[in-house]
Amino acid sequence: MTPQVVITGMGAVTPLGVGADTLFKRWSEGECAIEDGLARCRDFDPTEFLTRKEARRTDRFTHFAMVAADEALSTAWPDGLPYEPERIGCVIGTGIGGLGSLEQQQDVLRDRGPKAVSPLAVPLLMGNAAAAAVAMRHGLHGSSFGVMSACAAGAHAIGAALRMIEAGEADAVVAGGAESAIAGVAVAAFAAMGATSPTGMSRPFDARRDGFVMGEGAGVLVLESSERATARKAQPVGEILGYAASSDAHHLTAPEPSGRDAARAIELALTNAGLEPGDIDYVNAHGTSTPLNDYSETQALKAALGEEAHRIPVSSTKSAIGHLLGAAGAVEAIATVESLRRSLAPPTVGWEERDPELDLDYVPDEARPLEHQGNGNGEARLTGLSNSFGFGGHNAVLCLAA
Amino acid sequence: MPAQATAESVEQVIFDGLKELGAEGEVSRESTFEELDVDSLDLVELAQIVEDEFGVELQGEDVKDMRKVGQVIDLVVARSQ
Repeated sequence: MTPQVVITGMGAVTPLGVGADTLFKRWSEGECAIEDGLARCRDFDPTEFLTRKEARRTDRFTHFAMVAADEALSTAWPDGLPYEPERIGCVIGTGIGGLGSLEQQQDVLRDRGPKAVSPLAVPLLMGNAAAAAVAMRHGLHGSSFGVMSACAAGAHAIGAALRMIEAGEADAVVAGGAESAIAGVAVAAFAAMGATSPTGMSRPFDARRDGFVMGEGAGVLVLESSERATARKAQPVGEILGYAASSDAHHLTAPEPSGRDAARAIELALTNAGLEPGDIDYVNAHGTSTPLNDYSETQALKAALGEEAHRIPVSSTKSAIGHLLGAAGAVEAIATVESLRRSLAPPTVGWEERDPELDLDYVPDEARPLEHQGNGNGEARLTGLSNSFGFGGHNAVLCLAA
Repeated sequence: MPAQATAESVEQVIFDGLKELGAEGEVSRESTFEELDVDSLDLVELAQIVEDEFGVELQGEDVKDMRKVGQVIDLVVARSQ
């Protein structure tokens, strides 16, 4: 029998502040962290959490991952690692990696020549740096690596971690996503391709949406085999019921308009969880605020969930914190678990004007209590989906419960 | 034009450099790199600082067997003469 996988700790650094609780509380209250068209972790000071040496030997995206992992591990394992370190893995996704460090060293190379380039440049910028730093910080000796699938990386990392535990390769995996790409080249390039909002507004599913707003941060979860967690009398905060991924194989940046392959990922995640659309209480959408994503995602939800799609509340975390790219899937999985635990759907902040083609319930105005659908076996817990779609046509869907 | 490398000026630059790199605890001539948690990557950065300041080039080979801060200071002063 395939082992079940539970979540025993979660940590987040987002533009709304440090902490998974902070994220959920502020988003539920309708706060939005976007300023001047960007969602920065403005008050984040790495030296509050890391030594000077740790901070200067890691890029900002790794700082976020380390701080989020500290929160997740201190919740899950306050007394230290409960399993053999060789049986604990670490998988952290990112969209781009240490872009700020790369740009800075590029300036050094141009201005002062190759001999002045820092020996730390590669370990700072490499996409696996966050996974390496978290594994080193906590002495995790199982399989550890980075995942790169643009804006689906956080969800793919959690999916990979789930499969590692299901396959019996690990008792626990620290999994998540991290991103800090608000740097010259990325800001200019996303604008050049018309992906980011020229008005600087993140308005997922609204008729006036005109692009996403770049954000930064990290989300990290501790996943454990349910059997091992039960044996040590852990109190899980949630469970991963299912996961699936697919590819559009359609275009460099645009989603396939019908959402056909995204719908297939949703259907497969439900199948993997052993659930029907009627069991789903909430959807945390990818909802980027781009004209294309929000249209094709709505198509995908309707194709996969049928009539039930109109009943289920769908909201987008990106309305409050912008688009965290490779961190988005992990931060949004955390937000989904918090929604299910507290039986509350946070709003799609700023949603006002209906697009006639986008006809689902996007939870406008304010947070709304979730109605439990039940899945016929008397379970009291709520179940939800978290969608992540990345440039390149990568689709990853998590089915969660709490 | 590189700065004049006196025993005092080299010591100051190396002490400040090690603190900048995040070396742990008090830095003295007698401190070992092990105590300061200074590894090979830190030593390459320290060599870059020394070269910028005094024009003295240090290779990995030159410092790989050195255990104490004072040994590096003496080498830089000797090389600059």
